[in-house]
Order: sequence, then structure tokens, then C-alpha cells
Amino acid sequence: MNRFDKDSSKSAKRNRRLDPGAFVLTLCITSVFWLFFSGRFDLFHLLLGAVSCMMVSVVTHRLLFPKGVRARLGLTWFRVAGYMPWLFKQILQANLHVLYLTFHPSMMRLINPKTIEFKSRLTSDVARTTLANSITLTPGTITVYSDVLGVFVVHCIDDRSGQDLPGEMEERIGRVFDE
Amino acid sequence: MDLIITLMLVFGLVFFLGGSLGIIRFPDFYSRLHPAGKLDTGGLVITMTAFAVYTVQPLTMASVITSIKILLIIFFVFITSPTAIHSIVDAGVRAGLEPWEKKGGTGT
Amino acid sequence: MNDVFLYTGVCISMFMLMPAFRSIKGPTVLDRLVGVNAIGSKTIVLLIVIGLLYERVDMFVDIALAYAMLNFIAVLAASRYFQKRKGLYQDVSAAGRGTSPSHRKEP
Repeated sequence: MNRFDKDSSKSAKRNRRLDPGAFVLTLCITSVFWLFFSGRFDLFHLLLGAVSCMMVSVVTHRLLFPKGVRARLGLTWFRVAGYMPWLFKQILQANLHVLYLTFHPSMMRLINPKTIEFKSRLTSDVARTTLANSITLTPGTITVYSDVLGVFVVHCIDDRSGQDLPGEMEERIGRVFDE
Repeated sequence: MDLIITLMLVFGLVFFLGGSLGIIRFPDFYSRLHPAGKLDTGGLVITMTAFAVYTVQPLTMASVITSIKILLIIFFVFITSPTAIHSIVDAGVRAGLEPWEKKGGTGT
Repeated sequence: MNDVFLYTGVCISMFMLMPAFRSIKGPTVLDRLVGVNAIGSKTIVLLIVIGLLYERVDMFVDIALAYAMLNFIAVLAASRYFQKRKGLYQDVSAAGRGTSPSHRKEP
């Protein structure tokens, strides 16, 4: 009980300090969303949006940028944008493969479900989350489990989809997040 | 332009049909997730892109905003769909479901 | 173009029957959850189609967005809840007929 009280008071003290960079960035993001979702540009709605964006940003800018705004953040986003087209191509290819499997009359003979296990060399949380989401989005493979040590357990639908798993995707994600 | 939209819709509907059929045909819970989660996501991305292209055509302020909202739905589904699948798989692992293997064993 | 959207909506509604079959008949609770998730992701598209048919897309797109969020949160909460159930798999085989709460939901 005592420990809980101390923790909560400590976090409250930390939250009272306003991080200006994170606050302004959160304010920009929420304002853009407000403009798109409201779709009205008269004075009343803009004022309403400004007030509510201010309130939301004060409360949540710590959640969006837990360690403050880093300088590298902008560059990482551009590299993520460079990673996206390759991911889309992979997704389309593998989607067609699963589609072929689904419509095949003797599907039960073609599929061979199994779980494989590999160790990833990625260390940061964001990189691992991206890898897990990419594996799941690529049809034929689902990330079943991943732990602190970087062990990934992946369920594959047939032999072909699990073949080249840790290789190129991990390399590209490592390049994106600079590890 | 109408032809392209119709083609995209048909393509997306084929994906949806595959997803729905896969949910019935695949043998166990883990392999059912493959078509359920991802062919559906693929079909949704394609059909929604077609709708966004159709909506933007008069090119006024309101239609552009509506189209951007449709693209935001795609983005949102694209992020949340793997998370939902991970959550369901995790529930399956913790509840102790065993994957179906090819040769004999515990098939449904 | 209106006809195309109409037939698209009809097709999506037809395709919804198959996950519905799985979510009624499915052997385990999680199979039902998969079916419900698939129905939800089709409903998002169906809402936009309805909006196009009524020519009120600007209104229905908000509903679709809210529905996407609700579907996501519902699946997340349900899967967090059902991971605690023991004997999810036993009631599939012949043994536990009607013993588990998951089985009693069926009419």
C-alpha cells in the first residue's frame, strides 16, 4: 500500500511538469484530426476544437511521447514510409497465395500447419512490435508469442510461407530503426 | 474511372469470399485465423480505396474530407487488425488449445 | 454505378452468413470470436455501401469509423476475458457435452 502511494505521487509530480516540445507536437496532431473529423471551419467550431485539443494534449502528451521528442524521430518516420511499399508488395503476394489455398478443392492435402521458432536480434520495443505486426499481416504466418529475450514463435499455414521468415523482413526493419 | 472502381470492388469481393470460405473450411482455430484476419483486411483495404476514389470525384471540400476519413478508416484497420489477431491467438495459447498437425493427433 | 454498389452490398451480406455459421456452430469460444471479428470487418464496408446508396457518405463514414473502434475494443476485451476459461478444448470432443458454460449458450 505504501509503495503504491509513493509511486502514484511520484508519477503525479512528473506529470505536472509540461514538456513543451511534446505538448506542441501533440497539439498539432490533435488539431489536424479535429479539422478532418469536424469538417466545419466557422469560428465557433474552431474555438471548440482549440479548447478540446488543448485539454487532451495537456493530459496525454506524456503518453504519446514518453521520453520527450527526440531529434531522430522525423528521420525514422521517413524510413518507415520507405519500408511501407515493400511490405505492401509482400502482403499482396502472400494474400494471393492464401487465396489460392482457400479456393483449392483439395486444400487439406496442401496445407501443413506448424509452429516455428526463431530468435530475433532486434532489441527495442518498437522494432519488435513492427516485426510482429508485419509477420501477422503477411498472410500464412501469425506471431503466436514473443518475449523479452527476442524469441518469436510463429504459426505457419504451409511449408512455403514460413520458409524465408527471419531473413529479409528483419533486416529491413533493423535498417529502419537503426539497429 | 467507373470501370476501375468496379474492378477493384470485384477484386475486394473475391478477397472477402476467400476470407469467409476459409473460416469455414480450415481445420482448426489457429489456421482459421489466417484467412479471417488477413484476407478480410486485404479485401477491406481494396474496397475502401475504391470507395475513396469514387467519393472524391466531384472534388469539393466536403468530398475530399469524406475521402480522407475513409483513408483514415483503412489506416486504423491496418493498425488494429494484427493487434486483434495477436490478442485472440494469445487467448488461445493461454487457454491451452493445441495446433492441429497434419498426421493424426487432436484434430477437430 | 448505383447498381454496382447495390450488388456489392448484397454480396457482402451473403458473405456474412459464412462467419455467422462459424460463430454459431464453432467448436470453441475463440472460434466464435473469430467469426464475430470477421463479421465486424465486413460491416464496416457495408456501412459505407449503405452511405453511398443513400448518398449520405459524409454521415455514414463517421458511423463506420466509430464501429471499427468498437469492434476492435470488443474483440480485445472478449479475448482478454476468455483466456481464463479452462476446458475450452475438451468440450469439443465427445466427453464434456453440456458441461462447459461455453456450450450452454447454444440454443
